[in-house]
Amino acid sequence: MTWSWDVFFSVIPLIFKGLWITVGLTLACYLFAAIFGFVWVFISRIPWRPVRWLFGWIAEFIRSTPPLVQLFFIYYAWPMIPVVGVSLNPFVAAILGLGIHFSTYMSEVYRSGIESVDKGQWEASTALNLSTRQKWMKIILPQAIPPTIPMLGNYLIIMFKEVPLASTIGVVAMLHIANDYGAQYYKYVEPLTVVALFFLLLSYPSALLINKLEKKYNRRFDNKTLA
Amino acid sequence: MSSLPDIFSTVVQGLGITLQVLVLSIICASIIAFVAGLSRVHTNPLIKGFTGFYVEIFRGTSLIVQLFWFSYALPGLFNIHLGSDVWVAVLAISLNYGAYMSEIVRGSIQAVAAGQTEASIALNLSKFQRMRHIILPQALRMMLPEYGNYLIQILKATSLVSLIGLTDLLYYGNIYRSTHLSESPMVYVLLLVMYFVIALPLIFFTRRMESVSKKGVAS
Repeated sequence: MTWSWDVFFSVIPLIFKGLWITVGLTLACYLFAAIFGFVWVFISRIPWRPVRWLFGWIAEFIRSTPPLVQLFFIYYAWPMIPVVGVSLNPFVAAILGLGIHFSTYMSEVYRSGIESVDKGQWEASTALNLSTRQKWMKIILPQAIPPTIPMLGNYLIIMFKEVPLASTIGVVAMLHIANDYGAQYYKYVEPLTVVALFFLLLSYPSALLINKLEKKYNRRFDNKTLA
Repeated sequence: MSSLPDIFSTVVQGLGITLQVLVLSIICASIIAFVAGLSRVHTNPLIKGFTGFYVEIFRGTSLIVQLFWFSYALPGLFNIHLGSDVWVAVLAISLNYGAYMSEIVRGSIQAVAAGQTEASIALNLSKFQRMRHIILPQALRMMLPEYGNYLIQILKATSLVSLIGLTDLLYYGNIYRSTHLSESPMVYVLLLVMYFVIALPLIFFTRRMESVSKKGVAS
């Protein structure tokens, strides 16, 4: 098997079609994880210890077991469960599987943001007689979320690189197209290289952007502490 | 429920491969992380540049793509045969995670207060002594919690090796599932539990290291 530039250039448009599916799926998974992440934060603040402990371990379980197995569970096993089981199409299964997996990471990011808000802010908003809703929406979250933006951005890039897992349950995105092409013509190296290049082309500039953001927020933070 | 022992006895055949890939990857990734992390703080621009290139390539592409690429390209394109697929998997996983982990090595070395470097220069320590006795001991402590996190990530990554045909836990799980479709939920739940049991020592290690790195650091 030798490298062929002809094959390389001919698969670019083919894989490019899959790029949008990969990007779209990433955004969908990310959105799901970002929203569902708040559920874990909410649970971790329930003032009843056994519940907190139980859900803490459930989150730990989801976080430290392979997302690939979770994906297989949702796609292959979920329909077999009596009463609640429903068959899902690969896209929905991927969004659910990867979304739930990464929501446990997102919740950690939110938690660190919330913990970074000064205690006096809570006390002051209580003193001002704000309702719980107002406290969160007007005082705490506007301060807790901006410092976590670089970290949230990092997770977007991390998820982008995890989404090809969905090819194993039949989502026809970049990696799936490349493997199909390989199986058909027995040319794996060129399409896989194109996939790798597309990943690099998208994730490297994004990483640079996040770096910039991080520096910006750090500087603002430093200025604040100096003043 | 009655089939649980059957499932277990099938799946457990893959435990050896999973652990083998896990341990080898951890060792190789740690070595790569240290070499690459130290190279990135090296003063020679060539070494620094080359390592930076390696790190960006492996962090910028996806592990699963790298795994496929290594398993198809190494033998075909470069005529490199590593002997067994275990080594292909270990190579891909450790190059990938080595790149990520080198960033924590670099980050913690750079996070050691600049005064420490200045003081050791003032004390006339050589470059090597400075790194060995002053900077690294402090940096190591800082990197421990993150290091533990990456060990768990590596464990999760080992499940991918079934995709290139290695007979690990997930591989046997899929084999069992293909003949006993109605028992799929049990198969995957058992697999998740088994992965979690392997992860537990790593989780406790990470938690312990978090408290170690917080405690007793001169500020």
